[in-house]
Amino acid sequence: MTGETVVFAAVAVVLLAASLGVVLTPNLFHAVLCLALALVATAVVFLLLDAPFLFGVQLLLYAGGVVTIVVFAIMLTERLVGASIRQTSRYLINGALLSAAVLVGVIGFLVQLPASGPRPVWSGEITALLGRALVGPYVMPFELLAVLLVIALLGALYLARSDT
Amino acid sequence: MPLGAYLTLAALVFAIGLFGVLTRRNAVGILLGIELMLNAVNINLVAFARFRADLAGLIFTLFTIAITVAEVAVGLAIVIAIFRVRRTVEADHLDLLRG
Repeated sequence: MTGETVVFAAVAVVLLAASLGVVLTPNLFHAVLCLALALVATAVVFLLLDAPFLFGVQLLLYAGGVVTIVVFAIMLTERLVGASIRQTSRYLINGALLSAAVLVGVIGFLVQLPASGPRPVWSGEITALLGRALVGPYVMPFELLAVLLVIALLGALYLARSDT
Repeated sequence: MPLGAYLTLAALVFAIGLFGVLTRRNAVGILLGIELMLNAVNINLVAFARFRADLAGLIFTLFTIAITVAEVAVGLAIVIAIFRVRRTVEADHLDLLRG
């Protein structure tokens, strides 16, 4: 049992428990808090995979940004309706069967996977490589992403504007 | 940890997210399930990038994270817009286009 194995097992347990919390808690607000925990656990998985920059991005954008937006949306809709959103689920059996089938399908592929060797070493500082790739071979998709973010921002403003 | 461990973890999270999308009645709850599924895909991308020493996986993860944030913003704006008109976010009640 190396240190990495222990950390991976702990993070995996936290991630799976938080994910189950997201889909099973009746209170939507608690589900969002569970989602925040799951996103932080995913960030730690990125750290285990030697991607510290993605760890930061995941914490700032996902756990910071997305969770804040969702909480705001829940508060807004609660104010509109005047009652807190309790939420029930439907088709529990069918949903469980379908997702179990998908899981079995994916695991079926995974067991055929050849055993992975040791991790290859990166040829340099990973964050620096990432930055150079973003403004080098991937500069066009990077700029398109900026355009997409502006479009999404304008679209969200337009959709959620008040009629007055 | 071997590559398979990360992929199995991602597959489990993906299945849980799919379960949430299928069973939640509330539109915001469905969005939360989609978040989980995208998150699982990100774990896969980073794991493959690490074990193949290929930078493309990390770049893809950056892009999916940014696009997911945009998707959440637009999705919640739509939810709020629907809420104004229909006074509900229950997916079962939003059957205006049902034939």
